Amino acid sequence: MFRFLVRRIIGALVILLIISAVTFMLYYAIPRDPARMACGKVCTKDLLEQVRQNLGISDPLPVQYWHWLEGIFAGRDYGGLGNCNAPCLGFSFTNREPVLGTIMDRLPTTISLALGAAFFFLIIGVGTGMIAAVKQGKAADKIASSFSLIGSSLQIYFVGYIAMFLMVQQLGIMDQPSYTPFTDNPVAWASGLLLPWLTLSIIFTANYTRMTRSQLVEQLSEDYVRTARAKGLSRRSVFFRFAWRGAMGPIVTIFGIDMGTLIGGAIITESVFSIQGIGRLALTAVDANDLPMLLGVTLVAAAAIVFFNIIVDAVYALIDPRIRLA
Amino acid sequence: MTSTDQQPFLSVRDLKVHFSTEDGVVKAVDGLTFDLAKGKTLGIVGESGSGKSVTNLTILGLHDRERTAIDGEILLDGKELLTASERELEKLRGNKMSMIFQDALASLSPYHTIGKQIGETYRKHTGASKAEARARAIEMLKRVGIPQPDVRVDDYPHQFSGGMRQRAMIAMALVCDPELLIADEPTTALDVTVQAQIMDLLKDLQQEFGTAIIFITHDLGVIADIADDVLVMYGGRCVERGTKKEVLRAPQHPYTWGLLGSMPSLDGPVDVPLSPIPGSPPSLLNPPTGCRFHPRCTFTEKVTGGLCASAQPLLEITDGRGAACHLTADQRRDFFADFAATRSH
Amino acid sequence: MSNTNPLLDVTGLTKHFPVMGGFPFKRKIGAVQAVDGLDFQVAEGESLGLVGESGCGKSTTGRLITRLLEPTAGKISYRGQDITHAGRKQLAPIRSEIQMIFQDPYASLNPRQTVGKIISGPMEINGINPPGGHEKRVRELLETVGLNPEHYNRFPHEFSGGQRQRIGVARALALSPKLIVADEPVSALDVSIQAQVVNLLQDLQRDLGIAFLFIAHDLAIVRHFSQRVAVMYLGKIVEIANREDLYENPRHPYTRALMSAVPEATADDVPARERILLTGDVPSPLNPPSGCRFRTRCWKATDKCASEAPPLVQISGSNDGHLTACHYPETKETIPAQRLAKDPEAAV
Repeated sequence: MFRFLVRRIIGALVILLIISAVTFMLYYAIPRDPARMACGKVCTKDLLEQVRQNLGISDPLPVQYWHWLEGIFAGRDYGGLGNCNAPCLGFSFTNREPVLGTIMDRLPTTISLALGAAFFFLIIGVGTGMIAAVKQGKAADKIASSFSLIGSSLQIYFVGYIAMFLMVQQLGIMDQPSYTPFTDNPVAWASGLLLPWLTLSIIFTANYTRMTRSQLVEQLSEDYVRTARAKGLSRRSVFFRFAWRGAMGPIVTIFGIDMGTLIGGAIITESVFSIQGIGRLALTAVDANDLPMLLGVTLVAAAAIVFFNIIVDAVYALIDPRIRLA
Repeated sequence: MTSTDQQPFLSVRDLKVHFSTEDGVVKAVDGLTFDLAKGKTLGIVGESGSGKSVTNLTILGLHDRERTAIDGEILLDGKELLTASERELEKLRGNKMSMIFQDALASLSPYHTIGKQIGETYRKHTGASKAEARARAIEMLKRVGIPQPDVRVDDYPHQFSGGMRQRAMIAMALVCDPELLIADEPTTALDVTVQAQIMDLLKDLQQEFGTAIIFITHDLGVIADIADDVLVMYGGRCVERGTKKEVLRAPQHPYTWGLLGSMPSLDGPVDVPLSPIPGSPPSLLNPPTGCRFHPRCTFTEKVTGGLCASAQPLLEITDGRGAACHLTADQRRDFFADFAATRSH
Repeated sequence: MSNTNPLLDVTGLTKHFPVMGGFPFKRKIGAVQAVDGLDFQVAEGESLGLVGESGCGKSTTGRLITRLLEPTAGKISYRGQDITHAGRKQLAPIRSEIQMIFQDPYASLNPRQTVGKIISGPMEINGINPPGGHEKRVRELLETVGLNPEHYNRFPHEFSGGQRQRIGVARALALSPKLIVADEPVSALDVSIQAQVVNLLQDLQRDLGIAFLFIAHDLAIVRHFSQRVAVMYLGKIVEIANREDLYENPRHPYTRALMSAVPEATADDVPARERILLTGDVPSPLNPPSGCRFRTRCWKATDKCASEAPPLVQISGSNDGHLTACHYPETKETIPAQRLAKDPEAAV
């Protein structure tokens, strides 16, 4: 396991390096002057020249990228813009704040959103899938299948606005979505995010219902399940100890992918509910041509996906002893 | 003497197993009767779709109850199994009767250690502690010839070789000293040298524990090695029954002749072509009328009145010997003599 | 055996599959020695049987011959032409002469193609236009393998297992091959169907003069089908001989043990052969035993067997062409005569 993790982390760093390089190059490929963007609204000729120098715009692209990388490990002095300690992702062009600090401020919001939603869609999705598998071909199964079909065809910007309109404006049984740090007030934290959580889980649940059902149905027809029954084990213990164990792997896999995506940037969700998370940050950065911020957010999103992939593989190996990590 | 002493240990009477599928009713088993005494081995021979595996899943009550219509009687030690509750059956399975399967890799859980899977059966039926179950698992692994059982007990099935997995499955099936063991093609997937090891092991264990064994196979060679009595199945019915010697030396049903004629041997003449059975096994959705073997039988014209296609031949058993065929006893003797002559020259 | 001009000549054929591992960066840390230095020939029109247990390398050998796998070392010559590392272009004319039949009649036919398409596929790929067109040729082929030519437009799922294997045979025949590599062609079939397919292949061998490399684990079927037989163990040929010599006078202890393990459908109380029970399992091809690979399970093994790999040669007491790789071969005397006291009642 240790070897696996070390090897995968090395691989992950390489991936992040490539992603950052590609993003960096792409940004410079657009016909805009980054120094002009960085200089801000009140920009004199002298100031522009200084910014140009501080950013090292005149250097060749690879050298610029190298400086950016250096900043992460050794920090970087931007002259007039200020000094940025390692790990430094640079300063935002728009608000002149360190990029890393801004991201760190926003991250708890996005993580809260993702974890809370996961709590609901896992319980509801997997639970419904289990019932559908046990009641295969019966009414309960058919109802669950229909709901999951409807759920999976819905979109967040559709369900989200309807939910807000109904629950908040018309019925008033839920709070307008907002973020309060958990450490400040857990109740406000939960009530502020409840609506986005439920909305997200409506959309994600369907996937888990279908996956859980099909996996369990497949596992229940496996030979080793029959053997377990032939040993005298009851249906119930065969279901939970054997079939469920086998069904877990694929469910964990899609869960890992979903979590990576949610933390990497639930752009639409955060926009719909006006929540200031990583997704919103990415959106504004794109809008404002804020290169350092865009690079930072991209890196965080990629890191989240890569991180959850490693976790998924490790968990898979714990579930299934046939998979050897090395 | 009580009445159960005269009864055979396992008695199957006119068993019918019909499944409903989307395409219609599959008559997987259609009137099967046999007995098995303690410490004896009954070999059931048949090809795919003969109903041999279904019969045995039904004995254990592992068939799909919702889609299956069952008729007949299965008496195990005087107890009727077909009307028994799921609870009662769970107490018998793995305890008084157990089963081993063909594909040991697929039939063992990949997620649990061998020791745990063996111990689980033991705990379920004896209420033993975890430590006791583990000790028992090691003892059983040793008994079936797994080297270093105290180490291998913590291995997963995929870490075992094919032969060892089958041994582990036998250990699991025998952990509660069952009186009936159903072995469904347990050696088919194995190499011949491993097959020989496994069959020797089963014979040893039977001697030691007096287990009654139903051994399902398509290989008459395996039957010759292990069975006391033989039951040949075709299309969900028994076509021939007898002791091993009777069936192998003087088979009475054209299907049994066909099976023998299809198998090359290590000693027979090499330049004589095999005499296969023409055609394919029947569909059980729409089985042939009359004798189910008649579309593939080369002797139908020897029976007058087109009886083979119109009437189901009865299986008349005298002293455990009989065949379900419209040919007369004399005809069968002559035809088999002709058949045997072509095989040995 | 015609050594003068064999159709297929294989020398030192070797296939090692690399095993990756190591830390923190993966590299080759070993090799599965699936096939290790095979020498054999197949004469025109001859059937060579390749028997052995799972993992002995017999299927890998078939895939090397048909060039589905790239050999690690050794040489494969077809009609005197070295095809060991021949490229696609060089192979093209030979591909049609060497065909393969697979074990699984369900998996080896494309379920979305009609039988006609499946069988004419190889002709189209190789740009062969038989007189009368593809369809006529396919119909002829269907008839040859005992299927109804009218079933030209049916799909594989409409056929039974035995019929599907016949379709596979027809596909192999489409290019009029000289050599067919048949990898366990009947082991997935029911007993009664096996015999049908074996008879079909036998007819083809005789009537069309096609040579076969017949790969199987069933010794009786190989004996029935092949004029010469090679026995493999753990990647090596341990014995190769004419069928009569091999089955009547097996010289390698493994061959003998293998034959003794085959259960025979007889009710005799005296078994045909004294059964030799091999203990333990076949060792891993990742780390095969030194010297003779069979020595860890052989009842005759000595120190010599561990230090010196026995060469595959003709040993004294063997007929010509009967090669055995053993330091302490069996002799006729050590093999009990075949069922001398034959039960008088035994009819079969």
